[in-house]
Amino acid sequence: MARGMNMGRGGKGPHGRPMQKAKKGTLPRLLKMLFSKNKKSIFAISICIVLASVTGVASSVFLEHLLRLINKGVESGLDAVWGSLLTLFVVMGTVYLTSIVCNFLQTRFLATLTQKFLHQVRSSVFNKMQSLPIKFFDTNLTGNIMSSYTNDTDALRQLVSQSIPHLFSAGISITTLLVIMFSKSLWLSFVMFLGVFSMTFVTKKIGGNSAKYFVRQQKSLAEEEGFIQEMIQGQKVVKVFCHEEQAKIDFDKKNNQLCHDATSAHTFANILMPIMGNIGNILYVLLAFVGGLLVALNVPNLSFSGLEYNSTEFLIIIISFLPISKQFTGNVSQCSQQINSIVMGLAGASRLFELMDQEPEVDEGYVTLVRCNIDKDGVITETEERTGHWAWKHPHKADGTVTYTELKGNIEMFNVDFGYVPERIVLKDVTLYAKQGQKIAFVGATGAGKTTITNLINRFYDIADGKIRYDGININKIKKADLRRSLGIVLQDTNLFTGTVMENIRYGRLTATDEECIEAAKLAYAHDFITRLPNGYNTLLTADGANLSQGQRQLLSIARAAVKDAPVMILDEATSSIDTRTEALVQKGTDRLMEGRTVFVIAHRLSTIQNANVIMVLEKGEIIERGSHEELIAKKGKYYQLYTGAFELE
Amino acid sequence: MKEKSIKVGFIPTVKKLSQSIREYKKPSLLAPAFIMMEVILECLIPYIMSVLLETMRYLSGTLEVAPSFLVNKICYLLSTSGKPQLLVAILFFGAVLVLCAFLSLTFGALAGKYCAIASSGFAKNLRKDMYHKIQGFSFSNIDKFSSSSLVTRMTTDVTNVEMSYQMIIRTAVRSPFMLIFSLTMSFILNARMALIFLCTIPVLAIGLTLIMVKAIPFFNKIFKKYDKLNESVEENIRNMRVVKSYVREDFEKEKFNKSSENVKNDFTKAEKIIAFNTPLMNFCTYGGLVAIYVIGSILIINSKETLLKWTELQSFMTYSFQMLMSLMMLSMIMVMIIMSVASSKRIVEVLNEESQIVSKENAVTEVKDGSIEFNNVKFKYYKDAERFTLEDIDLKIESGETVGILGATGTGKSTLVQLIPRLYDVTEGSIKVAGINVKDYDLDTLRNSVAMVLQKNVLFSGTLRENMQWGNKDATDEEIIHALTLAQISNFQLDKYIEQAGANVSGGQKQRLCIARALLKNPKIIIFDDSTSAVDTKTDALIRKALKEYIPTTTKLIIAQRISSVQDADKIIILDSGKIVAKGTHEELLASNDIYQELYYSQNKVGNENG
Repeated sequence: MARGMNMGRGGKGPHGRPMQKAKKGTLPRLLKMLFSKNKKSIFAISICIVLASVTGVASSVFLEHLLRLINKGVESGLDAVWGSLLTLFVVMGTVYLTSIVCNFLQTRFLATLTQKFLHQVRSSVFNKMQSLPIKFFDTNLTGNIMSSYTNDTDALRQLVSQSIPHLFSAGISITTLLVIMFSKSLWLSFVMFLGVFSMTFVTKKIGGNSAKYFVRQQKSLAEEEGFIQEMIQGQKVVKVFCHEEQAKIDFDKKNNQLCHDATSAHTFANILMPIMGNIGNILYVLLAFVGGLLVALNVPNLSFSGLEYNSTEFLIIIISFLPISKQFTGNVSQCSQQINSIVMGLAGASRLFELMDQEPEVDEGYVTLVRCNIDKDGVITETEERTGHWAWKHPHKADGTVTYTELKGNIEMFNVDFGYVPERIVLKDVTLYAKQGQKIAFVGATGAGKTTITNLINRFYDIADGKIRYDGININKIKKADLRRSLGIVLQDTNLFTGTVMENIRYGRLTATDEECIEAAKLAYAHDFITRLPNGYNTLLTADGANLSQGQRQLLSIARAAVKDAPVMILDEATSSIDTRTEALVQKGTDRLMEGRTVFVIAHRLSTIQNANVIMVLEKGEIIERGSHEELIAKKGKYYQLYTGAFELE
Repeated sequence: MKEKSIKVGFIPTVKKLSQSIREYKKPSLLAPAFIMMEVILECLIPYIMSVLLETMRYLSGTLEVAPSFLVNKICYLLSTSGKPQLLVAILFFGAVLVLCAFLSLTFGALAGKYCAIASSGFAKNLRKDMYHKIQGFSFSNIDKFSSSSLVTRMTTDVTNVEMSYQMIIRTAVRSPFMLIFSLTMSFILNARMALIFLCTIPVLAIGLTLIMVKAIPFFNKIFKKYDKLNESVEENIRNMRVVKSYVREDFEKEKFNKSSENVKNDFTKAEKIIAFNTPLMNFCTYGGLVAIYVIGSILIINSKETLLKWTELQSFMTYSFQMLMSLMMLSMIMVMIIMSVASSKRIVEVLNEESQIVSKENAVTEVKDGSIEFNNVKFKYYKDAERFTLEDIDLKIESGETVGILGATGTGKSTLVQLIPRLYDVTEGSIKVAGINVKDYDLDTLRNSVAMVLQKNVLFSGTLRENMQWGNKDATDEEIIHALTLAQISNFQLDKYIEQAGANVSGGQKQRLCIARALLKNPKIIIFDDSTSAVDTKTDALIRKALKEYIPTTTKLIIAQRISSVQDADKIIILDSGKIVAKGTHEELLASNDIYQELYYSQNKVGNENG
């Protein structure tokens, strides 16, 4: 009885990534994980399954007894057998009641266990994911990571809530049935084995074919979906070029291929069931037939419980064998149906484990950021109070002393080399000094290494060679969390979260008051459009702020960084989608915000960076020119070419 | 952009969807027909079995009462003397039963095959109908659904409906048949005993219905929550840089664990309701079984086997199980079908969507020249939008003129030009191209004469040549190279493979390729919607110069952020809040318009200082 409620939004099963084999040791690890936290409920469930399975197959035993009693009753009247009949009914009732109760408890416990386990898995995967370095997210597609939470978890649910219990229960049932069969008749048992053998054979044959066609179907499905994706995304271009008819022809071709492959795949999957069912039927017939032959030829029944000669007795055994055959084949075909989901479940578990086994971001930093008081003489003392001053707390292992350095925002880089992969160096020998209050700008083509520099300052990646110092402290010594707390970053892809506008701004500093958030929004020139939203600051942003324009989202993320109030700001193409007039206004605001702070600006538009203290022109990972706008213009080098439009960025 | 949902009733939805069955009507009907035959055979087998057993008893001399009419008849047929050899009878029955099983298998397999053909074909037609429909969509139709939603509707939703369809023509047909035939057969076998089923079936049916009625809304709610949970994970992954820069890992963990726990609790509650299913099924099966045993044995013994023979008990058990099982299956597929209703509605929304922008009959099929005239044009994207996106637009452009359009983001520049090739229709007023209202042109004619380089440039996967042939599918290599040269691209291989969305060419190159593609149309009007933003100013100027030289009669509209892109235009228009606030040449505007001055000086500040 398949309790098959599909949780995963019907039909997610074979979709997505190609089937992949589970790694060795996945099953033991999975079971261990399942057992370690849920011993009690697993124990209870196991007992329930055993009891429910054994009592469930008991009917065949009752049938034999009943038929004997009836036979006797027909000869000697109801009164003679009434007592025994009644006892049998009571026993039957009790056994079945036990079975129902066990079954009820089993399904309930199992529901709870499954959901608890899935929650455990989801949480540990998510928690683990938070600790992974940015590199992991840069090298894995979002869709692939996501499918751990959707497809793999769904496959795991299927495995834990259905396949494993079903297999366990079918195993117990089959064993019990075997014992009953052997104790009844060896001849008939052999017939049964014959049937089971052929069922296994058919499963392998048809199942194999079906799998082959499913793979083919997956391929053409992926192809068609890719086509749909590309063409629908470009639908406006299709229209502008009146390309509709050609698009239809191309689509129909792919669509027909998919239909062809899907038909073959489904045909094989569909005919498996009737074939299995009818092998069961043929087996059922065969049992009656062989039994009949045995009776006709007067062959004595052979069983572990003794020989039987009486043909009525034998007939009774044949009859009681029939439900056994139904149950037996039923259990076997159920196992065969579980194979697919077991393979998928284990593959899913294997991928989940892979994610859980990823190396987390290492942090050997020991210098922390603390609130402090600074007296007239410049002596720094640590405090719990909010003083507006921060200091780096630097414990020295050698002599056990602690020194404090005021947080200012000086960043220095010395001869920094870096490559995302060792073979390809992205930054070569980069040296720069950014003093507190300075504005440093980076210009260069895509891939010149502008964003990479910021990735190194906040230690999303670690440098290969050279040194980066923050207020004179090597950033490798600073705790990552504290280092990042001291940097405000506005990224090119403005990523907002589902929630209200206010919540999104407050993400910068969770303790910020509404007034502080609004103040930040005003600085970022976002207040104006926010107040024009349907619910102002309480407007709910959904799906990556889709109801805002790209420019508005950038303004919001600037506000978010403003609320953070960090001594060092990094603006990575932060105003690229804002028109030049609004940008000028935003700049006025941010300049006010950044007074006294160190600012790194990366921009495509040269107008954005003209007022920087120093402009660095990057080419192929090297700083080829540096200086103020006027200096660089006077130099008539690369920057001048860029500025006068003789050169194309990208 | 918020998606507007149109309420479609259940019956119209089904009606609309069924129009896509078409050539698959035959397999769609054959599949249930074969299933019916399979079911009949399957229901016959237990009956024949009981006849076989009775015959065996009769012929082996252990049946003490008179055999039934059927047994007598068969025995008479098998042997003229009235009592054939036991072996002969067994062989006869064996043959009949095996034949039944094989027939049942054949019908079952055929049903499976036709079912696969029907459901895959139905899905194919659905996708085809949707895709063809979408090809006829206007821009506002596309905006309404959004591209990503259209993609989901064509993939996931169609798959859901396909699965449901398969289940409907298989299981939803099979289960009721099974129920009816099993019941009929058990009545034929023994009417008194069959009455037992009239008790167990309603109990199970009512029980299952109650469970489903209680569980389905629950599940619908949870699925939404579950989807939300996954959405928030996706958000977290996409925003990982933000999470890490703001050191919000623990905050995120807490947020996730809370929602995950929430989902867990809800799921557990719902699954606990579903957990009643199997015990209920077992209760009915076992209850029925005990009833069959108790009533059956009393009936057999008391009637001395005249009313019921013990060989028949087995068949009752089989029928009982078959009936209850089919009810169970029915309830399960009901859940899935109900869940796919949402998908069906989403599909039908697309199929029902009608484009307002279509060619009228006897439309004009030639665009004479490139002159454009806006007469008091007003436009808004949604009927119920409060403000007009464009208002009071009056504009006259002569054929061959170059017109620059400036304005801040969101002031309606793109909207304005998209009205010319009727990508959107004006809300009020009219637009004329070559003196004829754009609504009077054949759409293909109009759009082939008005080339447009969109802000969101898209190249498609394929060779460079194939991409260029979008502009003119008969273009020769020479023509393509000429167009590429005009767009200042000289070093390109025509066989170079362009990856999806032009991922392997840089932004500037992509823009220039898109310009070349548009030029290949030999248009009367060409519109550049901020399409040289990634091209450097020098190349930008070269492109404009080339256009002026080689296609002097073509009207050129240029939307730009950079003053330098429009500086030498015949006419420059400045838009602000959907209205034309200024019109004139560079010199005129520089002298009179403050927005223009501000833009000009902000972009040329240092250049001016340096002379």
